[in-house]
Parts: sequence; structure tokens; C-alpha cells
Amino acid sequence: MTETPLRDRGKVGGPRPRWLPARLAGLRSETGTARTMTFDVPEWPGHQAGQHVDLRLTAADGYSTERSYSIAAPAEDARVSITVQEVGTGEVSPYLVENMELGDALEMRGPIGGWFVWSPSPEAPVEQPILLVAGGSGVVPLMAMVRERARSGSRAPFRLVYSVRDPGQVLFAPELAQHAQDEGVQVDLVYSRETPKDFARPAGRITARDLATPPDAGWPDDPPPRAYVCGPTAFVEHAIRTLLDLGYTNHNIRAERFGPSGG
Amino acid sequence: MTEQSASNSLDGNAAAGPFTDVFGFDVSTVLVTCGGCRASAVFAEQRAFLGGPGTVLRCPGCDHLLARVVQTTDELWLDMSGSSCWRFPLEASTA
Amino acid sequence: MLGEGAHRLDELARSGREDGDMGIITRGFGGRREPEAAALPPGQYLTRDFPVLTAGPTQYVDTADWSFTITTETGDRTTWSWADLMALTSEDIETDIHCVTRWSKLGTRWHGVPVDTVLEHIETAADYLMAHSYGGYTTNLPLEDVLDGKAWLAYGYADGPLPVEHGGPLRLLVPHLYFWKSAKWLNGFTLLTSDEPGFWEGFGYHNHGDPWREERYDGD
Repeated sequence: MTETPLRDRGKVGGPRPRWLPARLAGLRSETGTARTMTFDVPEWPGHQAGQHVDLRLTAADGYSTERSYSIAAPAEDARVSITVQEVGTGEVSPYLVENMELGDALEMRGPIGGWFVWSPSPEAPVEQPILLVAGGSGVVPLMAMVRERARSGSRAPFRLVYSVRDPGQVLFAPELAQHAQDEGVQVDLVYSRETPKDFARPAGRITARDLATPPDAGWPDDPPPRAYVCGPTAFVEHAIRTLLDLGYTNHNIRAERFGPSGG
Repeated sequence: MTEQSASNSLDGNAAAGPFTDVFGFDVSTVLVTCGGCRASAVFAEQRAFLGGPGTVLRCPGCDHLLARVVQTTDELWLDMSGSSCWRFPLEASTA
Repeated sequence: MLGEGAHRLDELARSGREDGDMGIITRGFGGRREPEAAALPPGQYLTRDFPVLTAGPTQYVDTADWSFTITTETGDRTTWSWADLMALTSEDIETDIHCVTRWSKLGTRWHGVPVDTVLEHIETAADYLMAHSYGGYTTNLPLEDVLDGKAWLAYGYADGPLPVEHGGPLRLLVPHLYFWKSAKWLNGFTLLTSDEPGFWEGFGYHNHGDPWREERYDGD
């Protein structure tokens, strides 16, 4: 593995992530098995797009457990949004998606993860093009980047390739359609098992053709694009191999895998 | 590294929380050198094994144990003996 | 600030909150645990799942390549192939298991060979053993904790072969101690005249690990 240039690593430090009280203040259903939960976290120090939080839930009998979830949106005041996909066999995600009610509280630690982040570079002469590759609910931290681009007024070229099993699984569908209208933003859906009617691309897993920069994208030759890949482990491994075949290097691919223990 | 053996691990990213307890800040961007094969990668790109008695960080290239953290009743234990070097960037720049 | 629902949970020291942090009960969160009370070791909670916890990558070992070796304190080695092991008298085991991460699972059913059987003809003056696994994991045990029908080389779970994520093809089963002692992907014992710590015992966890005495951490 070649060494990562220091300039790409950001700095360490910042406020110490502590366990903070967080109260559920907003709910939005995304699909039948996923919802966005917005928490009031009065002491929240702010975060970057792509970071995650650790949640700690404690039952009345003292049982306590922790899970990590990606943050779905840029910080707005002291509010932190996550989008949770229910994992049937888990003990946490079914509670979050089905049972937790407005006003209920848990503990949140973060933000965590200063590597898998994107922030605008308004001073750069040419902003680096960004390829976002999402598998299933791996779209959540990438959605935070799309939203941060819009919030900050960045003009960085963005392309999201979002692989889902079937049309019923698409998170953020209306908002993604809206962002796709923005200058410099392209959104492409890939269905792995079942497509909508009359969808041109047949169902199947992501290929080099899906990830290659479209000739009409107008991306600059320099700087080369950076890819952010997030999804289940097998999806991420496959996407990384495909990107390496397309000429991406380890330097310009950042990945975040989530495993079966995410429930 | 076979794909199979990768299936029960996550990115180092996912271990950043427990290590935060020790260091007091997010260590995702620290460059960690493997004491086994000498490969270097940022903490976020190492391999993490979570949920067991402790949090374990291993080299993605050779599986060597790089570091582990355990929290007992009143102490945090940190073992970095499997890694030869940790390099902490000081200056912020565009990430 | 949080009013009702906010309680101090000082007894949950393992969760690592700092002075002044409030422990918060999350209303309605119960996990997926059995509702009925049962006799459990202190600080344990029931689970229906069988969580998969490892300190390293899952080891895929074909039984054709598998072997189990006992090395005595004098360096004598005795090795069993998979066929050798299968030829030994085995038995069904039904037992509760307790993980130091606080879950317990009741009435699990296993199949395997008592550790007594493989140690029977080994000449040794050792009082301890180090269990070794494919992948490098180790855990130490006094011989008295694995003899007299207290421990097994387990290769069956429920009604099938032991799944690889739970340590298949074969793991150590020592159900009266915390489950980190029940090493997955077992491939050998080294017999020792003096005790040495294994992977977790040397790093924060109790040397012995009796759940009924709550021997979780070093110093407990």
C-alpha cells in the first residue's frame, strides 16, 4: 500500500467526542423499513458530511448496547439526523425504526470518522469531481455529502451511482430527483434484482460501465475524481475492484463498509 | 486476503469510537504502520473487529494485530505493540 | 434538561461515562431479549440471538487440512486428524452459555468429544493449558476446569455441524466459564506447568472467568 500524502489526511484533534444526551425531535418515513430520525443534541459540536455517530441505548433493566450510524445531513443548529434501515434480526434497528417515539432519549457520541468526509474547497481553481457509489443504506453518508454540496453552494461536479435491490428500497427518492436537476449533479440508480417498468438498464450488480465517467459529464482531467464508496462489505469490495480497473488509485478511493452486526 | 476472511470485519473507521475514549480525539486520519509487514495506512483504512471483549485493529494486508482497546470497570487498556509507528498529522489542509 | 427518563446508572461503569454524564434510559428499548426472568449470573442479560463476536478474521479450515495437536511441557506432540477425532466417542451437550459482553443464552445444544478423552493417554505433570486456534487466538485454562466432563471439543451445534462463524469445524466448549474461554477454530493445546495469560487474559480480562463469581476483568 502506498502512503497517503499528509495533505490528504486532515488534522487530528478537535473537541473530544463525549456521550451526549439526545432527544428524538423529528421523524420521517423513507421506505417501509427505513426512517430518518432527527435528534436534538444541545451540546453538539458540529460535524462534516460523511461522519458517523455512536448511539447508546439503555433498557430499564440496565442492559445497554451501542451501535454506529452514519449522519444523513449537514448539522443544522444542534440537530443531528440519521437514517436507519431496519435489519430484521437486530436488537437496535427494529426498535429505532418501529418503536422509538418523539421525545424519547438516548445517548450519542460524535462526530466520529474524519477520513470518510467531504467538504467543499471554494478556494481551489478547479474543484475535484466526486463519484459517490452507494449500496443500499450505504447511501446515507453520501446523501449527507450531496446535501452539504447544496447547502454550501459548492460547484464541485458530483455523480451518485446508487445501487438498490428493487424500486421499493430507494431512500430519499424525491430529494435525489431534485438534486439531479442541480447544475453539476448527476444521479444514476442501479437495480440489482428488480427494475421499475421500462427501465433501460437490466437488473444486475454494478459494473465498470455504471461507474465510468460519462463522456458528457464534462469533468476536468485534473484533478482526477475522488470516489467515496459505502455499502455492505461485499458491495464495497466489488466496487473498489471495479474502480481500480477503471484507473482510480487507492489514493482517490475512500470506503466505508458496514457489516452484518449493524442491527 | 480472501474475500471470505474480510466478511466479518469493518473499516478502521468503525473502531474510531472506542479509540476516541483513549486518545480524546478522533484518530481516523492517523497513519498506522504494521509491525508485521510494515505496510502503512490511515487508521480508517485498517480492519476493525468490534463487539467482542475488546476493540481490535488488524492490518488489512497481513491480518497482524495492530492495536486493541479494552474497557474494564475503572480502566481503559491500550495495546499498540503490534504496530511500529503512529503518525499524527498536525496541520489542517483540504481533506 | 432531560427530566423524566434521565437516571444515573452508576452501576453501569463499563459503559465508560465520565463524571457528570447522565445515564439515560431509552424508553421502550428492551433489546430482543426473553421477557421472563431466569436464574442468570450477575450482570448478564438473556439473548435469543447467537451474537458472533471475534477478535480476528473468520478462519475457513477444510476438515481435510484440519488437525488438533496436544504439546506437553516436555515437547511431546500428539496429533489428531479430523478422521481420528471423528472416531472418538462423542456426546450431546445441553448447556447455558455466558459471554463477558453480558449476553447469556440458555439451553444451547452441542455435540462433541469430552476433553477428558483426548487428554486421557497424555503423560503430563502440567496443571494448565493454553488453547490455540487457527488465526492465532489463545486462551488459558487450569486443567481442572477442562477435566471431569466440564469441557468438550465441539463440532456440532443444534442439529447440524458447527457453523464456521461460531468456530467450526471445531471449537472448545467450556460452558461454566465466560465464553471467550471457548476458543473458536481450535487446533491445539499446549500443556504448561505454570500459568500464562492468553489473548484477553493478558489484556484487561480476568484470568479465570467464572461468570457466577462475575470474574470479568483483571482485578475482579
